[in-house]
Amino acid sequence: MNVMVDSWVKIGVLSDVPRRGARCVTSGGMTIAVFRTADDRVFALEDRCPHKKGPLSQGIVHDGCVTCPLHNWVISLESGEAQGADDGRTLSFPVRLEDDAILIDFRRVNEAGHSR
Amino acid sequence: MKQKLVIIGNGMAPGRMLEHLFEKAPEAFEVTIFNAEPRVNYNRLMLSPVLSGEKDYQDIITHDDDWYAGHGVTLYKSARITGINREKKTVTSENGITADYDKLVIATGSNPFIIPIPGHDLDGVLVYRDLDDVDRMLDAAKTGGRAVVIGGGLLGLEAAAGLKMQGMEVTVLHLMPTLMERQLDTAAGYLLEKAFRDLGIDVITRANTHAVLGKDGHVSGVRLDDGMEIDATIVVMAIGIRPSTQLAKEAGLDVNRGILVGDDMRTSDPEVFALGECVEHREQVYGLVAPLYEMAKVLADQLTGGTSAYRGSVTATKLKVTGIDLYSAGEFAEGEDREEIVLRDAAAGIYKRLVLKNNRIIGAVLYGETADGPWFFDLLKKQLDISEMRETLVFGQSYQGGPPLDPMAAVAALPDDAEICGCNGICKSKIVNSITELGLTGVDGVRAHTKASASCGTCTGLVEQLLAFTLGDSYTPSAVQPMCGCTDLGHDEVRHLIRAKALKSIPAVMQELEWTTSCGCAKCRPALNYYLVCDCPDEYADDYQSRFINERVHANIQKDGTYSVVPRMWGGITSSDELRAIADVVDKFDIPTVKVTGGQRIDMLGIAKEDLPAVWADLGKAGFVSGHAYAKGVRTVKTCVGTDWCRFGTQDSTGFGVRIEKFIWGSWTPAKVKMAVSGCPRNCSEATCKDVGVICVDSGYEIHFAGAAGLDIKGTEVLGLVHDENDALEHIVALVQMYREQGHYLERIYKWAKRIGYDEVRNQILRDAEKRRAYFDRFVFSQKFAQIDPWSERVSGKDKHEFNPMATLTLEAAQ
Repeated sequence: MNVMVDSWVKIGVLSDVPRRGARCVTSGGMTIAVFRTADDRVFALEDRCPHKKGPLSQGIVHDGCVTCPLHNWVISLESGEAQGADDGRTLSFPVRLEDDAILIDFRRVNEAGHSR
Repeated sequence: MKQKLVIIGNGMAPGRMLEHLFEKAPEAFEVTIFNAEPRVNYNRLMLSPVLSGEKDYQDIITHDDDWYAGHGVTLYKSARITGINREKKTVTSENGITADYDKLVIATGSNPFIIPIPGHDLDGVLVYRDLDDVDRMLDAAKTGGRAVVIGGGLLGLEAAAGLKMQGMEVTVLHLMPTLMERQLDTAAGYLLEKAFRDLGIDVITRANTHAVLGKDGHVSGVRLDDGMEIDATIVVMAIGIRPSTQLAKEAGLDVNRGILVGDDMRTSDPEVFALGECVEHREQVYGLVAPLYEMAKVLADQLTGGTSAYRGSVTATKLKVTGIDLYSAGEFAEGEDREEIVLRDAAAGIYKRLVLKNNRIIGAVLYGETADGPWFFDLLKKQLDISEMRETLVFGQSYQGGPPLDPMAAVAALPDDAEICGCNGICKSKIVNSITELGLTGVDGVRAHTKASASCGTCTGLVEQLLAFTLGDSYTPSAVQPMCGCTDLGHDEVRHLIRAKALKSIPAVMQELEWTTSCGCAKCRPALNYYLVCDCPDEYADDYQSRFINERVHANIQKDGTYSVVPRMWGGITSSDELRAIADVVDKFDIPTVKVTGGQRIDMLGIAKEDLPAVWADLGKAGFVSGHAYAKGVRTVKTCVGTDWCRFGTQDSTGFGVRIEKFIWGSWTPAKVKMAVSGCPRNCSEATCKDVGVICVDSGYEIHFAGAAGLDIKGTEVLGLVHDENDALEHIVALVQMYREQGHYLERIYKWAKRIGYDEVRNQILRDAEKRRAYFDRFVFSQKFAQIDPWSERVSGKDKHEFNPMATLTLEAAQ
């Protein structure tokens, strides 16, 4: 069985996520925020700010970052790393677009889900 | 014996390929071409000038009959190939011609994509792909009328401009929020849209076409999803192209989106090659000419035994519409490892953006001045390190090597009579003299005394430089705090310029005010969104993605990511039915905390986001609407029981409070607005620490403003005494509107009023009845668009995506 090939799972299509916005995907006890930037790139982070666990999916998306709605930490969509003077990192997951479909690396989701 | 080379398709790619081939090995092949079109080879890129009438067909022919004859090529025109027999190595055309091949090249190009909506097959629905399509459009244009072009990409826009030049009325419908979004960022898309409007072409973005309407079998118009109908005599669909792969598929070749080829341009059959728009190479399909030419070169080499390989292309786009200069190349997405250089010149309508990675250009978007496009593209393709010329890079090739420009030197060099402010006709000497004679120290002073930069404001930068030049080191640029890191302008200047330039969208503001980032930040976007909502309530489409989450989902986010919900209780008055409905909701949704707020209403805390619409639905049935407890907007009007019950009450404070709240609810303001009405000077509703308060007295209504009881504690200022309730309402509403129009985003009334002066508020609201009335009227107008209950909108399905997860993944058992 080829687990590598099967690990990309479709979670929706690009138009499901508003531009400069996010949607959530739930998996076990974990919520993953899937972001779409102004220029139609997609990213996935655990929906949990490294600061006080704020739901990043609810933040304002700008310049490849999201600003957490609770205390305005700015988190990089690509690396999950807090920007500026703040220090911390949110789990990020590989996602990619295939035509309009958004795919997530389920293997990584699974690992993260079980390590919880 | 010559090998037999058969080519299916006679577009630009095989044309170029044959040129290379004949140059390398003129005698190697006996070439046969099957062309489905009834003509020789022409430059498809030049169709737009043919459509607009700037060129005709003869001008755009690249290979004429003599060329084919001279190279011994057999060209079958109007001969569409219908079958490939790979075993016998033959191809057969629709009109019965069969030809043998040793090597076959498939260059079938692409087909325009037609949206299968009702009416797509009506007479008068056209595509824009080849010369026949152009002829059909030119025919239609002769009778005039309106053309609707579906698709605001490269082709659609060129078709629209061409049809306009042929005298038709033209409407462009585009599904996305900005034009050419695949090649342009939103700033350039905005400029492009503006340029098209200036050409007299209607542009409707976010337009989803529902159906093409017809009459007697011919197009009569289109209907959009929102019900809007547009009359049309022709409809041009230009939404995209699909590689034409049918033939290859039937022949059993490997096909994905396009015909799959390797770096050697071979298909899955080593004797069969493919070339051009029908090809898929390394998961890419191409619709622009440059990559096709690169493929053509590689294929010619391969056919003659060479080993060159095609490794994919970066592409550049140029829009061919007379009067519009637009150039886009490479990638323009933002990214963490990327930097951008943005140059904007609002007056000249120029926008340039370079995207850099590791000191190398990876993308460029140019609007208004594109002469340096090919130079940037060259740097991009060669991946040259640009760190040496980074400072001046964006100014273009001609600036390289010269001394760096000093803006001060440029201003110093201006003659005394050089006009600085075009709006008001103010020249340099007038400004310089005013600065020295009147001892002016800042832009505001120059504006007040000379009017320079007081109208449109685009010369503000020049005025600042003149101040610096005249005052030298003693000039300290005004202590104006910029809105955020994306601009040097303060809130006042931004609001002033939005009005002066009649800006109607966030991309418009960012372009015209020369924002240094491409899409703003979490600080400026909500502010700009508010300013536009406030200034053009009827025209501006509220940008929800620029609102803070509370205003996007109409509830208050709590520390654990749940929400709290506060329904409106007008003036703090409730009833047993309302309380029962709240109790039922609390039980049904198992709401953990119910609390009475300081604003005389009830807060339900700890509600899961997914439950919000259902909670609102139940509350709505009992007559509740949103309390906007989450909003930079009007919150509560707190009251006491006044003459209804109180033995000291002098007026109907409860009734008046309810009346105010019903009049102003739903309105967006710079920061939250809390009010109160007390029935007598004992002031049980604590009106003297509110943003706006009323103390009822025997002779009427004493109106207060600019109180605070939060971060700061401050008693209110008195606006004045008004004798009649209607008058009191007019004063209060006018005051709120004045604040809405002048306040900085997130600036409460007490800070705003202190900044502009309490007397200024009294002058405009109490003493100037005409101004007051005008404020009042503008508020009433904006309420037409604001006073819609957001909860019931969402109960009926608006923004559904906000409340539900997109997907649920089930974890697999750990192994």
